[in-house]
Amino acid sequence: MGKPCIHCGEDCGKHPVLWDDKPFCCNGCKTVYQILNEKELKQYYQIEKMPGIRVETEPVGEKYAYLDLEEIKTKLLDFSDGGISKVNLFIPSIHCASCIWLLENLSTLHSGVINSTVNFPRKEANITFKEDEITLRQVVELLASIHYIPEITLEKSSEDPTKKSNKTLLLKIGITGFVLMNVMMYNFPEYLPGGELLENDFRRLFGWLSLALSIPVVVYTSNDYYLSAYKSLKHKIISIDLPIAIGIITLFLQSAFDIITDTGIGYIDSLTGLVFFLLIGKWYQGKTYQALSFERDYKSYFPIAVTKIVDGKEEIIPLEKLAEGDHILVRNQELIPADSRILKGDANIDYSFVTGESLPVSKEVGDLIFAGGRQVGSSIELEVYKAVEQSYLTQLWNQEKSADKFDSRLNTLINMVSQYFTAIILAIAIGAGAYWLFIDKRLAVFVFTSVLIVACPCALALTVPFTFGSTIRQFGRRGFYLKKTDVIEQLNKIKAIVFDKTGTITQNKALKADFIGEMLSDETILKIKSIVRHSTHPLSAGLFLSLPGNDFYQVDNFKELPGMGITGFIAGSRFNIGSKKFVMGKAEEELGLKTRVYVSKDAKALGFFQLENQYRQGLGEVISDLKTNFELHLLTGDNEAEKQNLIPLFGDESKLQFNQSPTDKLAYVKNLKSDGKTVLMVGDGLNDAGALNESDVGITIADDIYHFSPACDAILESKQFMNLNKFIRFTHTSLTVVRISFVISFIYNIGGLYFAVSGLLTPVIAAILMPISSVSVVAFATFTIAHFARRNLSFGKN
Amino acid sequence: MSVIFFLIAIGIIVAGGFLAAFIWSVKSGQYDDDYTPSVRMLFDNYAPEDDHVQEAEERKPENASSPKKNSKTSNRNNNKS
Repeated sequence: MGKPCIHCGEDCGKHPVLWDDKPFCCNGCKTVYQILNEKELKQYYQIEKMPGIRVETEPVGEKYAYLDLEEIKTKLLDFSDGGISKVNLFIPSIHCASCIWLLENLSTLHSGVINSTVNFPRKEANITFKEDEITLRQVVELLASIHYIPEITLEKSSEDPTKKSNKTLLLKIGITGFVLMNVMMYNFPEYLPGGELLENDFRRLFGWLSLALSIPVVVYTSNDYYLSAYKSLKHKIISIDLPIAIGIITLFLQSAFDIITDTGIGYIDSLTGLVFFLLIGKWYQGKTYQALSFERDYKSYFPIAVTKIVDGKEEIIPLEKLAEGDHILVRNQELIPADSRILKGDANIDYSFVTGESLPVSKEVGDLIFAGGRQVGSSIELEVYKAVEQSYLTQLWNQEKSADKFDSRLNTLINMVSQYFTAIILAIAIGAGAYWLFIDKRLAVFVFTSVLIVACPCALALTVPFTFGSTIRQFGRRGFYLKKTDVIEQLNKIKAIVFDKTGTITQNKALKADFIGEMLSDETILKIKSIVRHSTHPLSAGLFLSLPGNDFYQVDNFKELPGMGITGFIAGSRFNIGSKKFVMGKAEEELGLKTRVYVSKDAKALGFFQLENQYRQGLGEVISDLKTNFELHLLTGDNEAEKQNLIPLFGDESKLQFNQSPTDKLAYVKNLKSDGKTVLMVGDGLNDAGALNESDVGITIADDIYHFSPACDAILESKQFMNLNKFIRFTHTSLTVVRISFVISFIYNIGGLYFAVSGLLTPVIAAILMPISSVSVVAFATFTIAHFARRNLSFGKN
Repeated sequence: MSVIFFLIAIGIIVAGGFLAAFIWSVKSGQYDDDYTPSVRMLFDNYAPEDDHVQEAEERKPENASSPKKNSKTSNRNNNKS
């Protein structure tokens, strides 16, 4: 066990890279340390221990050359004037206080940077810089040099509307709170015994003041409720907002009548209190994961610009200008932007984002390749044969969300309850009003309005935001991020679960490596591991993870030959690791279903590793647990090689579908839905995008939640996959809590109705009843959810 | 008792002032990020006295191993007026 790297905390192995007597795991980390050390930014290492990010990439080179293009620059910059520009960059690797500190001191690293501000929850850095001293490209390269690599997309931060509505909501809460506090003060004398002794002048003044203050509440802060009640009425749905809107308006009219006719002080305190609680509920429910994106489309995954070859010269053009027939150059680690044909070079395409398959596929000149893959190895030249929008994969994105998905979302529990609720309340109000017409005509209207006032379903409307809001928070702490609260209700209705195979139920990075050949000593295995550690190739990374030990050897003369393999010396002996052709000198024979990596020591072949994707930890338990309650399906684009392993897991052979194209997957989900089943799709790659979109709930499994994932309803951290069943089961608990809260609030309503129907609803009773019912329901919902989360989701927080 | 009218007027004005302050703070974006400022305020005041120092690429291990307090001398890439 070596020392931890000063920069990133990674184990340095036996032979750390030393600099200034400090151990580093790699040269990349050392370089960043040197840069920071030189600019006297070492405080970075004091705020948090080992805060750095390990990045294994080659020099940036021309990677960011496109940022010099004027048209791309204007799209990215927030503001540009007189040589001073502002840009907002999304940097997923921001993770601690040191990151904030360093990024906010960027001006020390380069004088061209005027100012930089970090927004930690959004993982964004807002950088102001002088264009004549530093270009946008240099800013990005500067960030990359200290391993804070920004993710650049042309999609203008799509969260802007939510940001604005969040601001409006805060404003509304503030205004309502202000009115509530003042009105409560004016009404306070009325609540005390002897309040009737208050001079009439005061009573009148207080009444009129309350009325005046309540106008912004009735007109502005509660306008959402009128609007949404009206909208759902137009769709012939009685939503919970309708009785709320009726309640608010009746409260206001009754109070205005009381105050104007000088018969009382009205119910303005209840009215404002009600709106205040409702807005708080909305705010609580509106908690979002700002740095996560559930709506990304292919545009945020694809490159912004591509290198086009015109008359033998390279030219950088924006992606949208790419046309059919163009010749393009794709370098190592770059994405294939459009379906194209290979003209030149050894293509070795890593489709892990598309299919979840981490092993690269090699292609020959003349082959067709689909957009979305990443080239690993040397540069290749391609001819585009389909425009970006018409590419096979991008078309999947362009499909509209099916209409019934929207419909089913409206068909929520709360709307069903409120239909009956509204009808019953209206019946009671009219009935009680009619009854009093015969007994005491003066009270009839008062009783009618009292019923509407007291029945205003404030507590009822708060149960869902608080129960689901707490559930979302509890899930989020455990690595399961929901887009919105209504996903919880959808999850609860799930009948069938469809899994993708590669990358979803198998691990993305980790591979199972079986060595076939002569027995390797532990020492040799460690030597092989020390060599593959220096390579960024997915196979090397997979091999590195699957081999034991961490006492690394010093590797000399390490070389990576793209498309061939890697080579290096340890203690004088030469190791070659890679393809058969490279290691054994013989051409690759026809491959079976599995990938092999050959190894030789001093030109003597040792054998080969047979690599297979490994199933996720706990897969067996999750599947067998889910099997008891749900119908399970498996869709995969792979061949039937693993069928025998999967049958015991899933049981029913007919539900395992192999060789499925992305469109097949989509059709399969559609088919299940047309059988009347509520479908949960669990996937990970771009090829699942269509199916994720079509299903009732789409969950994406992601190793790194801040990196790209296809549009979905929820993101699940891959290490929490084994708890998927517990999350789904917990939604039942949430729904039960909602139902119990409904009962509690009904009890309050019935109690209130007693006063209302008998014509005894005074402002005091209303002012006591309403807050008590709301607060108790809110407390019940939040505490029970927290309690059950502790008990049933006890697999720890991360 | 008429002093109460006066007090109420003052009460509304004071509370209104706070409301105005709140509205201003929301509009100026102080609630956009409710986490970073809490971290930022704990950083020691670091005054980059010399914000124009040499380019990062031109560093040499030996000169950086003995960090100089004043790297102004080595500033050559800046023509900042």
